[in-house]
Amino acid sequence: MYAFEIERPASIADAASAMKTDEAQALGGGQTLIPTLKQRLAMPSVLVSLTGIGEMKGVCMSDAGEVCIGGATTHATVAREAAAHYPGLAGLASRIGDPAVRNRGTIGGSLANNDPAACYPAAALGSGATIITNSRSIAADDYFQGMFTTALEEGEIITEVRFPVPEKSHYQKFVQPASRFALVGVFVAKYADGVRVAVTGASEEGVHRWTEAENALSGNFSADAISELSVSADGMISDLHGSPEYRAHLVKVMTGRAVSAAS
Amino acid sequence: MPKDGGIGADTKRREDVRYLTGSGNYTADINAFGQAAAVFVRSTVANGKINAIDTSAADGMPGVLAIFTGEDFVDVGGNPAGWLINSRDGEPMKEPKRPVLAHGKVRHVGDAYAAVIAETVEQARDAAEAIEADIEELPAVVDMAEALKNQTLVHDEIETNQCFDWGWIEDNRAATDEAIRNAPHVTTLELVNNRLVPNAMEPRASIGTYDRAQDAYTLQTTSQNPHLTRLLISAFVLGIPENKLTVIAPDVGGGFGSKIYHYGEEALVLAASKKVGRPVKWVADRTESFLTDAHGRDHVTKIELACEKDGTFIAFRTETMANVGAYLSNFSTATPTFLHGTLMAGNYTVPNVYVNVKAVFTNTAPVDAYRGAGRPEATYSIERVIDKAARELGLDPVEVRRKNFVKPDQYPFASAAGLEYDSGNYDALMDKLEEIIDRDGFAERRKASEAKGMLRGLGLNSYIEACGIAPSNLVGILGSRVGLYDAATVRVNATGNLSIMVGAHSHGQGHETVFPQIVGEMLGIDPASIDIVHGDTSKIPFGMGTYGSRSLAVCGSAMVRATEKIIAKAKKIAAHMLEASADDVDFADGQFTIKGTDKSVGFGEVALKAYIPHEYPIEDIEPGLEETAFYDPANFTYPSGAYACEVEVDPETGKVRIDRFAAVDDFGNVMNPMIVTGQVHGGLGQGIGQALLEGASYDADGQLLSASYMDYTMPRADDLPFYTVDHSQGTPCTHNPLGVKGCGEAGAIGSPPTVVNAVIDALQSGGKNVTHIDMPLTPSRVWSAMNNA
Repeated sequence: MYAFEIERPASIADAASAMKTDEAQALGGGQTLIPTLKQRLAMPSVLVSLTGIGEMKGVCMSDAGEVCIGGATTHATVAREAAAHYPGLAGLASRIGDPAVRNRGTIGGSLANNDPAACYPAAALGSGATIITNSRSIAADDYFQGMFTTALEEGEIITEVRFPVPEKSHYQKFVQPASRFALVGVFVAKYADGVRVAVTGASEEGVHRWTEAENALSGNFSADAISELSVSADGMISDLHGSPEYRAHLVKVMTGRAVSAAS
Repeated sequence: MPKDGGIGADTKRREDVRYLTGSGNYTADINAFGQAAAVFVRSTVANGKINAIDTSAADGMPGVLAIFTGEDFVDVGGNPAGWLINSRDGEPMKEPKRPVLAHGKVRHVGDAYAAVIAETVEQARDAAEAIEADIEELPAVVDMAEALKNQTLVHDEIETNQCFDWGWIEDNRAATDEAIRNAPHVTTLELVNNRLVPNAMEPRASIGTYDRAQDAYTLQTTSQNPHLTRLLISAFVLGIPENKLTVIAPDVGGGFGSKIYHYGEEALVLAASKKVGRPVKWVADRTESFLTDAHGRDHVTKIELACEKDGTFIAFRTETMANVGAYLSNFSTATPTFLHGTLMAGNYTVPNVYVNVKAVFTNTAPVDAYRGAGRPEATYSIERVIDKAARELGLDPVEVRRKNFVKPDQYPFASAAGLEYDSGNYDALMDKLEEIIDRDGFAERRKASEAKGMLRGLGLNSYIEACGIAPSNLVGILGSRVGLYDAATVRVNATGNLSIMVGAHSHGQGHETVFPQIVGEMLGIDPASIDIVHGDTSKIPFGMGTYGSRSLAVCGSAMVRATEKIIAKAKKIAAHMLEASADDVDFADGQFTIKGTDKSVGFGEVALKAYIPHEYPIEDIEPGLEETAFYDPANFTYPSGAYACEVEVDPETGKVRIDRFAAVDDFGNVMNPMIVTGQVHGGLGQGIGQALLEGASYDADGQLLSASYMDYTMPRADDLPFYTVDHSQGTPCTHNPLGVKGCGEAGAIGSPPTVVNAVIDALQSGGKNVTHIDMPLTPSRVWSAMNNA
């Protein structure tokens, strides 16, 4: 690591203020950032730790029936506390990484990083969630802007994420064998007004919706409904672990399995 | 029944207490007073000309004590290859110099060209980043076939990328060719034995300490064989006299072969310590482990099996390209030749075998022995091509193997690949295997899988391997530049407990538990009163260390011989104490007795007498009770086995799940079944890892794509099944005192073809005409093979 200062604000206001320092970097659970620092691949002047901010932690239900999760809430907490309200989301959280990652990593950190193979972006986009920051609300459809790219401005902090609760949902993850990130992950959520299908891991554009499947499933929420669809390999990731064709194929397989498993 | 804690008893490993409670003493745990830190500066390109290295900005940075470049080591030697291989035309192999630090050129990503010594690691890193190296990137050569065209050279001075072109046995070539030409059936298979990164849990680490008062050096290092490391540094690299260099390998967290070899970092910390006058410590980070630990395997092979229509084998012929990487590592020339070609007759009476191996330099990390070392490559080729041949001929894969097995009455058996197998019973192993896997029930299990939409396959195969490389006289003729004996000193202390100094190094094998079991039983004393001392050249006799599943067969034999000398001398002392003739003394259960009398004396009393020699026949018997033996085996040992694997393949995703795995091994006599089972489990984990998960992959520019755990798949617990392991069918080795064969590598040798055979069987059952998939059989590869079939 290179040397840096560390700030541990106790409130969102203090955190936002600390983030105004030149080259400041927010630190959530550190499950991506700390390894990056150890490899000297980042050189922030100050790390602003968000883990001591009580108002950014926890899971609750809003009056509008949304599951509201503080930005500094760990995956393990979501897995535990969202289970009764939104089992599809809790199930996804319970399968992120390993126990160490789940007990340190936070939802805000994951969404801010927007790793193209991360799980949470699929849940947020697949649920039509709202990303709340210290300065505004951003709809998930506007938030994700490509691999490691989001609508967040410099210094902006995710304080909360609000998930509308679907009738049925499921996250189906086919893991990349080494990292166990999603080689292809598909989050399917059935709402009264339609179905949303979000795909992570597959595309060079990062998390995205599969609208043909959404349309087909909105009429008939069964795996058969997508049997005639095909996914183009164009723009899919190619690496050691799978070709674009393989990933495109898996998008369909995982979507079918997610629909069948949705509850 | 074995005695409690004696030979053959399941005894828990005493060393596990310190391993599992954080009390181990690994090199990185050691902090010498006043130590400085070393950080290496490594090439980011696979092939490059070093035009200039400017250290001026780094020199004055905080904490910097010294900076070394390749220029500082031009006057010392290089790290040598331990085995001279001659090509088919009689020419000796090409041996380019492997310097302490790269000089003139860098030849693989990770090749160190400078090192910074500073007060702290972070200061050394800061200074390393300030070193300005003008390295002109040159085209890299990564693919072996491409390398053999010699358009881009790894070493300009040898004018070729071919290290050697070896034929085994060259005199059999014409007959083998002829047999294959005339055979009724020939099955051909082209395959890749995938390159692996060893991934010991503990990264390499070294501390060099120069003692000005004694003009002597100490190296604490992650080594499987400290005496070999000392010999290499003394005789070849730095020229430090052996009596002025102590090498200590404390607790070592796994080696799997990668810590057999001497590496440049060890020489660097020694030289640096003298220069800065302080101990110098280096600990590799995981990226350095990926980039610079000697990798394993990496063969590309074409194998042909000629046989009769009934499956009787006529000939095996192979052409292999073996990657040695950018430099020759210490055993890298022995691994693809004498540890591979000599096993190419397998468990079979096949009359003709010819093996051709071309070793190839590429701009990649050096490749050397890794758990199994050459034998996994041989086994994989043989057992895969047999399965393919059986399928082509419509024969049962087990029956084909049985038809060609060496039979129990044929030992000693001279194989067509030049070895003499001393014992074995391959049919008995296969019988046991078929029984414990319930082969008859497979059809039902396949139906059940198909009902779930899964394809089920069964793979069955044999293996034979060779452990305890020996004898020294023979390996010397074959090109080895070292002997392959081992040594043990048994020291009976005055109060009757024992310290046994052994040449083998224990880094997870359990020597500290098993060796006392053996000597305890021989002497009739509590194994808890015996301690094993290993890993320190200033304490132990000159042994060759631990690799090739040799510790028990070779070092254990030395220990038995030394213990026999102890007993012989103790009998003389006892005879004196009991006023009898030594010939009349019996020794059993720790008591010396006189035939036909009730006179006896215990081992402890005799030990005390040896050290307090009052009323002692000093003119006939020396005081003390300490004996050393060196043991040089008469032959290799030949463990063998029969393995079975059942897999389920998801036809939609290509994902393979191992449902059942059974290993029946012949390790000869088993000293501690619990430890042997554990060794088999570990070997199977690595073999299954190779088959399904692991693969080191370089891109065309020589960048290692799988350079971290984000892309290199290590087996995890949930990738592996529960194993059934059996070693009830052992046939004792005929030429060592314990009748043992070695168990450390078997699992990694026998299992890769078993897994692949099972997957091919599954795909065939699903109507997919897939005859081969190269390892690792990742979901993506299996899916592609199914879709291209």
